Amino acid sequence: MSRGLARSEEELTGEEVTVLRESLAPRWRDVFLQHLHHTKGGLYKRPFTESFEQAPLYVAVLTYMGFGVVTLFGYFRDFLRAWGFEKCNLAQEREEQKDFVPLYQDFENFYTRNLYMRVRDNWNRPICSLPGPQFDLMERVSDDYNWTFRHTGKVIDGVINMGSYNYLGFAENDPTFLTSVEESNEKYGSGVCSTRQEMGNLDIHEELEKLVATFLGVESAMTFGMGFATNAMNIPALVGKGCLILSDELNHTSLVLGARLSGSTIRVFKHNNMQSLEKLLRDAVVHGQPRSHRPWKKILIIVEGIYSMEGSIVRLPEIIALKKKYKAYLYLDEAHSIGAVGPTGRGVVEFFELDPRDIDVLMGTFTKSFGSSGGYIAGKKELVDFLRLHSHSAVYATSMSPPVAEQILRSMKCIMGLDGTTIGIQRVRRLAENTRYFRQRLNEMGFIIYGHEESPVVPLLLFMPGKVGAFAREMLKRKIGVVVVGFPATPITEARARFCVSAAHTTPMLDKVLNALDELGDHLVLKYSRHTRSSRPELYDETSFEMDD
Amino acid sequence: MNTVRSLCLTPGSVMTSPLSVDMMDVKRFKEYISWLYYQYLLVTCSYVLEPWEQSIFNTVLLTVVAMVVYTAYVFIPIHIRLALEFFSSLCGGQHESTVAIIS
Repeated sequence: MSRGLARSEEELTGEEVTVLRESLAPRWRDVFLQHLHHTKGGLYKRPFTESFEQAPLYVAVLTYMGFGVVTLFGYFRDFLRAWGFEKCNLAQEREEQKDFVPLYQDFENFYTRNLYMRVRDNWNRPICSLPGPQFDLMERVSDDYNWTFRHTGKVIDGVINMGSYNYLGFAENDPTFLTSVEESNEKYGSGVCSTRQEMGNLDIHEELEKLVATFLGVESAMTFGMGFATNAMNIPALVGKGCLILSDELNHTSLVLGARLSGSTIRVFKHNNMQSLEKLLRDAVVHGQPRSHRPWKKILIIVEGIYSMEGSIVRLPEIIALKKKYKAYLYLDEAHSIGAVGPTGRGVVEFFELDPRDIDVLMGTFTKSFGSSGGYIAGKKELVDFLRLHSHSAVYATSMSPPVAEQILRSMKCIMGLDGTTIGIQRVRRLAENTRYFRQRLNEMGFIIYGHEESPVVPLLLFMPGKVGAFAREMLKRKIGVVVVGFPATPITEARARFCVSAAHTTPMLDKVLNALDELGDHLVLKYSRHTRSSRPELYDETSFEMDD
Repeated sequence: MNTVRSLCLTPGSVMTSPLSVDMMDVKRFKEYISWLYYQYLLVTCSYVLEPWEQSIFNTVLLTVVAMVVYTAYVFIPIHIRLALEFFSSLCGGQHESTVAIIS
């Protein structure tokens, strides 16, 4: 170790790490973050490497400039529309209604009218086949700049699918795999027509819940028909007025909706930032409720396993340590991480080698890795029995359809190896390999990629609004379907393309995508990374770049 | 939409007779210029605008740039000359006054 770092990394405390990180110039700060191998007193059994590299300043300036130009032209076009020089294609009120409260708020739709409409052909593309690793698209063109579309009748087939959450490749229509689903459809029909508490509690649901509980390693589980509703309807059943919810900045809308519906006080901590969370916990425990200073009835920390817009993985060991110290409860939403991370696909709990009994409420969805639909909540038996009686979904929502439940059963048995084959575990390993390969190649090429190095969600930063539309169109020309995300869903300067790596992608498919990305990266100038990594990792074990003394 | 978008750079050129090598160079140069124009469209976000809006934007921008260039051409030499005179009078005047006091 040279003079740069006097002590070994393990001895640095959290605050010192933060101070060091802030005091370094941007380039070295990013290098430091990536090479930080400290284990925070043994909480992490492996190094936790994520990177959120910042782009050079001129990129942010140019992005704002681009938005400025589009805004100016937006005002200009609105002026033309308002004064009748141009036909207005939007919904408008009739003359007789103009005296009432406006139905269509003009300014809220400004962004939709003036930027989204211009590049709208990159979203909601109609697919006419199974959304597996490849799919077929219906070609559509627009004659009036995306206000209306018409289908030409041609089908673009064999488009590589980099947007579906098909992590383990269970979105398949091979009849040999789906025999049990077919049988359950014949036995039960496709509709249940009742809620869990009335007559919709079938034996297939009981079997599924036992299997989910065994899969996760907990006492009991309960399944629901819809993943979004699992969050939105069960958080109000668990917390209410007088409770405190500490929720991550970038939580999904379903969690935010559930938190707001519950009526508890909500405080937001910075994304994946344990110092911010600890500060909030200390304030909550010390000061109590806002005016009366009574202790909070419950403190619930709501986090997600993998955040789908950033690709970051939650710092679970630290959160569990904090939760035990301040006696709070933890609600972990594993929508994207169940089946996708961990050596046998059990999610972030297995990824960090923790005990599932430490987490109070384990929630997840079957939409992503299991190729089905619905959600589950798992945990202790008392919790799940309480939810069976008090959850809004159990009382009012139709239960899961039997073929859907059977698909989850067969895919979960496949992952666990209970069907007698090793297909499941092979797919989990294949996904991990594909993820590592894809991320490593993209980093070598010089793109800015966000997130943890083992998360299958890969956001590639595009930054400028003009490049967002150009990127999606050029990729489609090369027969690759990508999802690009822009302003309201992401911060204004950080538009991105989000790739979801799947176990069903073969290496030739990934190579085709990577070559297209390489070409487009040069053509559109997207390679903003200022520290391109070479394929010689032994050079990066140096913690300081000073000359040896 | 703009046909420039479907541009792809042809990597490398085949060795041929001198006349066609010239044509290849001209072609490469023209491709490079249209790639630069494409970058300008992307960076200023004029890529998403309709063609007539792009023409308006280009006209306005060129007018502003022309005015800046003209102003620079007219005024910068005068400003530099005046600044040099100001600084030389300051330094030269100071030298003379200190010499006078000492002697």
